[in-house]
Amino acid sequence: MKLVTAVIKPHKWEEVREALETFGVTGMTVTEVSGYGRQKGHTEVYRGAEYDIALVPKIRIEIVADDGDAEDVVGIIQKTAQTGRIGDGKVWVTPVETVVRVRTGDRDAAAL
Amino acid sequence: MDGYYAWMIVATALVLMMTTPALALFYGGMTRSKSVLNMMMMSYVAMAVVGIVYVLWGWSESFGPTSLAGGLFADPFTLFGLKDVAWGSYVAVCFQLTFAVITAALISGAIADRVKLSSWVVFLPLWVTLCYFPLAHMVWGGGWISTHLAAQDYAGGTVVHINAGVAGGVLALIIGRRVGFMRDPMKPHNLTLTMIGAGLLWFGWYGFNVGSIVLTGDTAAANTEQFMTETGVTFLNTTVATMAAMLAWLAMERVMHGKATSLGAASGIVAGLVAITPSCGAVGVVGAITIGAVAGVACAYAVGLKFKLDLDDSLDVVGVHLVGGVVGTVLIGFLSTSAAPGGIDGLFYGGGLTSLGHQAGAAGISIVWTGVFTTLIGLAIKYTIGWRVTEDDEVDGIDFAEHGESAYDLDGRSGGVRTPIPAAHVKTPATEGALA
Repeated sequence: MKLVTAVIKPHKWEEVREALETFGVTGMTVTEVSGYGRQKGHTEVYRGAEYDIALVPKIRIEIVADDGDAEDVVGIIQKTAQTGRIGDGKVWVTPVETVVRVRTGDRDAAAL
Repeated sequence: MDGYYAWMIVATALVLMMTTPALALFYGGMTRSKSVLNMMMMSYVAMAVVGIVYVLWGWSESFGPTSLAGGLFADPFTLFGLKDVAWGSYVAVCFQLTFAVITAALISGAIADRVKLSSWVVFLPLWVTLCYFPLAHMVWGGGWISTHLAAQDYAGGTVVHINAGVAGGVLALIIGRRVGFMRDPMKPHNLTLTMIGAGLLWFGWYGFNVGSIVLTGDTAAANTEQFMTETGVTFLNTTVATMAAMLAWLAMERVMHGKATSLGAASGIVAGLVAITPSCGAVGVVGAITIGAVAGVACAYAVGLKFKLDLDDSLDVVGVHLVGGVVGTVLIGFLSTSAAPGGIDGLFYGGGLTSLGHQAGAAGISIVWTGVFTTLIGLAIKYTIGWRVTEDDEVDGIDFAEHGESAYDLDGRSGGVRTPIPAAHVKTPATEGALA
């Protein structure tokens, strides 16, 4: 089992979701997050006062997938979320020991 | 004049709306999310405190019959508690009451995020007694300025805006800067509130300006004629000056910072309204547009000065109300025309320097008067009960420290339980209701 975590541009989220659903991903956890990478933040001006806003709003997607599917999920996210401009985000994969479905007690692949 | 009386009832309610909720929204949106409730409460509390004070001695001190000290203020006790005031004058009292309220509430923007509610409650009656009521008497109540200078102040450039602007600046100086000023981002937390507030202020301002008509005719027919013509002039001038100011502010921003902002639009609206307040009965259409445009540019520039002066006038009461008030009051000296209801020609209309001198004099006296007395009150409070909440409370958020509340619980997941929980409700079953 793998946990695929992606941080992407908010306006790309709907496209990514559709592509993952087409591929067969049955569920995901999505959160609104903020952060920054190499591009840093941006500046905003209010009544002439300029602020460096460090954090940029992003969408974080978390998907638990079978070992064999994880690489495909990563590829789909990378291709759909890409705009080619700075700030497109990151995707990373971490190993997962076990998954349990709360309603039935099913484990691992059966719980996805 | 049934129509006049009915209009004044409406106008009074409109001006009331300018403080609650319009100003509270306008200011509240500009603060950080941890202090929006406190900011709004300063307006609401000002309404209650100043309103009560007004009927006790405010009306008497402003418009009472016994002018004292050569016309600096009227005896606050002659009409104390509206003694001997005819019921037919009550709407006039309430109209003026709403002016005192909003003037005091305007000051709160300069000292956002850091002042104890109790100190604000103590400040309000002292300030209106020593600054607002005397200036209202001097300008509108037959006092010194009205008898010595033929200065025009239709709805309160001096009494309201210069007065509040100076007081805000003085208090910001005495009370000091917020923790993190010039270092932390203190950007507005909800500009939609500010946009709604600015729009409501504009709407209410028609009560403020157009309601400030004073009938001077000898006959009912003459009064009707005056009412039917003068209100059109003040309404139109209020409208076009505000539009010009908004455009001017946005243009300034576009040139100076690259983008026209919603906060700039909201601010431009208020700047224009402030500047046309004293002048709406003194100028023609072109004059009104000019005053609005000049105010938009001047105020958009002025709000940046606090960073050069290192003065934390948090929501720009000086930059908008003092600067806008001075622009509107002094430009009357240039743009006033005898074709307008005020009937005086300014410099550009062949009237020479007389009007300009009177306008500058009225502005100058207002600045000095309120500067001196606000300093005295501000220092007295500073060295007795103190102004500020503790530094920890200010950093954590004054809403919780002063009011025990937080403004937003957007997803309802703050957690916790009601205490104490009645035994029957420790586990709440889903039932059809008590009678099922």
